[in-house]
Amino acid sequence: MTADAPSASAVKAAAPAVRGQRARTATGYLRYGAGKVGGAAVSLLAVLATGFFLFRLIPGDPVKTMTGGRPISAEQLAAYREEFGLDLPLWQQFTDYCGKALTGDLGTSYQFRAPVVDKISEALPNTLLLTGTAFVLYTLLGIVLGTRSAWRHGGLGDRLNTGLALTLYSIPSFWLGLLLIIVFSVGVGPVPGLFPTGGMESGGEEGFAYVLDVAHHLILPVVTLVAVEYGQTLLVARSALLDEMGSDYLTTARAKGLRDDLVRRRHAVPNALLPTVTLVFVNLGRTVAGVILVETVFSWPGLGGLFYQALSVPDLPLVQGLFLFFAAAVIVMNTLADLVYPLLDPRVGR
Amino acid sequence: MTTEAKAGAAGPRALAWQRRRRSAVRFWQQYRTHRAGLVGLAGLALFALLALTAPLTVGTDVSSVTGAPGRPMESPSAEFPLGTDRFGRDLLGLLVWGSRVSLLVGLLAAALSVAIGTTVGVTAGHFKGAYATVLMRITDWFLVMPTLVLAIALATVLPRSLGTVVLAIGVTSWPTTARLVRAQTLAVESRPYIERAKALGGGHWHVMSRHVLPNVMPLVLAQTTLMISSSVLAEATLAFLGVSDPTVLSWGGLLQDAREAGAVSSGNWWYLVPPGIAIAVVALAFTLCGRAVESVLNPRLGVGR
Repeated sequence: MTADAPSASAVKAAAPAVRGQRARTATGYLRYGAGKVGGAAVSLLAVLATGFFLFRLIPGDPVKTMTGGRPISAEQLAAYREEFGLDLPLWQQFTDYCGKALTGDLGTSYQFRAPVVDKISEALPNTLLLTGTAFVLYTLLGIVLGTRSAWRHGGLGDRLNTGLALTLYSIPSFWLGLLLIIVFSVGVGPVPGLFPTGGMESGGEEGFAYVLDVAHHLILPVVTLVAVEYGQTLLVARSALLDEMGSDYLTTARAKGLRDDLVRRRHAVPNALLPTVTLVFVNLGRTVAGVILVETVFSWPGLGGLFYQALSVPDLPLVQGLFLFFAAAVIVMNTLADLVYPLLDPRVGR
Repeated sequence: MTTEAKAGAAGPRALAWQRRRRSAVRFWQQYRTHRAGLVGLAGLALFALLALTAPLTVGTDVSSVTGAPGRPMESPSAEFPLGTDRFGRDLLGLLVWGSRVSLLVGLLAAALSVAIGTTVGVTAGHFKGAYATVLMRITDWFLVMPTLVLAIALATVLPRSLGTVVLAIGVTSWPTTARLVRAQTLAVESRPYIERAKALGGGHWHVMSRHVLPNVMPLVLAQTTLMISSSVLAEATLAFLGVSDPTVLSWGGLLQDAREAGAVSSGNWWYLVPPGIAIAVVALAFTLCGRAVESVLNPRLGVGR
């Protein structure tokens, strides 16, 4: 694949070998994939166990904590104890809880008096819209700026880029969100408010107008999330490309007479992308934190906003359910990235 | 030549100290060439001074609600340079006072996190086999987990106090340190002098504490500086979400107060801007220092000056 124009005979001679290699790669990939999926299953079980024991760390009677200290009668107490299975031995509680969680029963939210799963599935599309848009934008922005920075490393552009990225990275996302609301929604001095202060829709819109309305609400949260998250991608992409900078294949590409721009885009960046992609997914956990804060600040009706509502009560079944969901989602996304990775980079997963 | 001979006569301990002092001087000389690192260091010194002298400059009763000197939500004036909060307290005083909790929690949480990370990293690098495998699987699990969610969950179920916040941040943020320290431990343990130490009868504890630990310490120092930065941010986040101790005043708590008091919708920017800038400046200063230390120790990293 690496030679530019192999002769026809060479291709013919190489063909069986290539096929044999492909077959080996396929079993290798299966083994690699099975390993990753198995690891993910163990991780998910660990999340389940953490969810169970974490919410039994609570000092005192869990029922009393769940009711938020409100006075309840002895019968109610007994009913709750039976409902939550607190009269059973611990191991049996654990197996019950696992069985329920695996069949999609995460308990009942105390504050909304609705199944936790229903609340999550209601809020999920909104979060996916916000996070997905931001994720695509900050990954692209980070990679583009990071690779440009590394290509001219040490230059003014590089210093400005990394400086800005580090500064934005040090800013609390919720604070940036609040400031953006003040400047662009409430308005400062002569500047009028351009964007809504929060929420996802104004209500009463239909069809295309509705889409525009949601997009209008989406801009500020997405800008906040992109601003605080792109720095990480930028730094990773930058150092990944810096690692490639001295490579011989780049000298070869230049010696062939390729333009500098082509050497960067076609030769250097693809190799630097691979470690960047892995780290973008490993850092998803951090993004979850950003999403929670941004949704809270902008009253976005997603999972993060729900998490904040659950915290302030505290509505423990909902906190627990969301904890399980966030952790499981991040693990699943990472496993998917692991599974796609060997397809991008044939050196992995042999 | 003569100095070394003299030191040799003074005993191996004095020699070791002399070597350490020399390497510290060399470290400082290289650190000095990083302008961003110096700026960060100056920022830190300033904030440390502010936090330590706060009882003298703003007084200990600045956060008392009952004796508030001004009217609620005043805009900045000569008397209150940053305005007043929703109880009429002086915001400048609160900002200075809040630095104490923010920095304290940041330092303690970073110390806890780095201590866990170093222990896990050194032991996982030293004892190979099943123990290391299991430990690194746990580390990877924590690395991928949304740690803020875990920290919040922990802070929700435990009693609300600063200790809880320190614990919640510390026990969720150690995996990066563990990975780095383990890699460094593996590199150190492959060197011949470790083999020599083992051949001379050095046990696990001796090798880890006398040979591996001093060699990973510089890395740990850089990592601690970076961890403080993220711990300060994490503390602000937890306080803003209201899972910290509500009776203690910190920068994150100030921001939560501001939001609850409606400073956002009424456009009272002076209530919101200073605490956020303080958080960002402290976090940035620690990050700059950490990156400068990192690039002194490992010039290959290509960190810009």
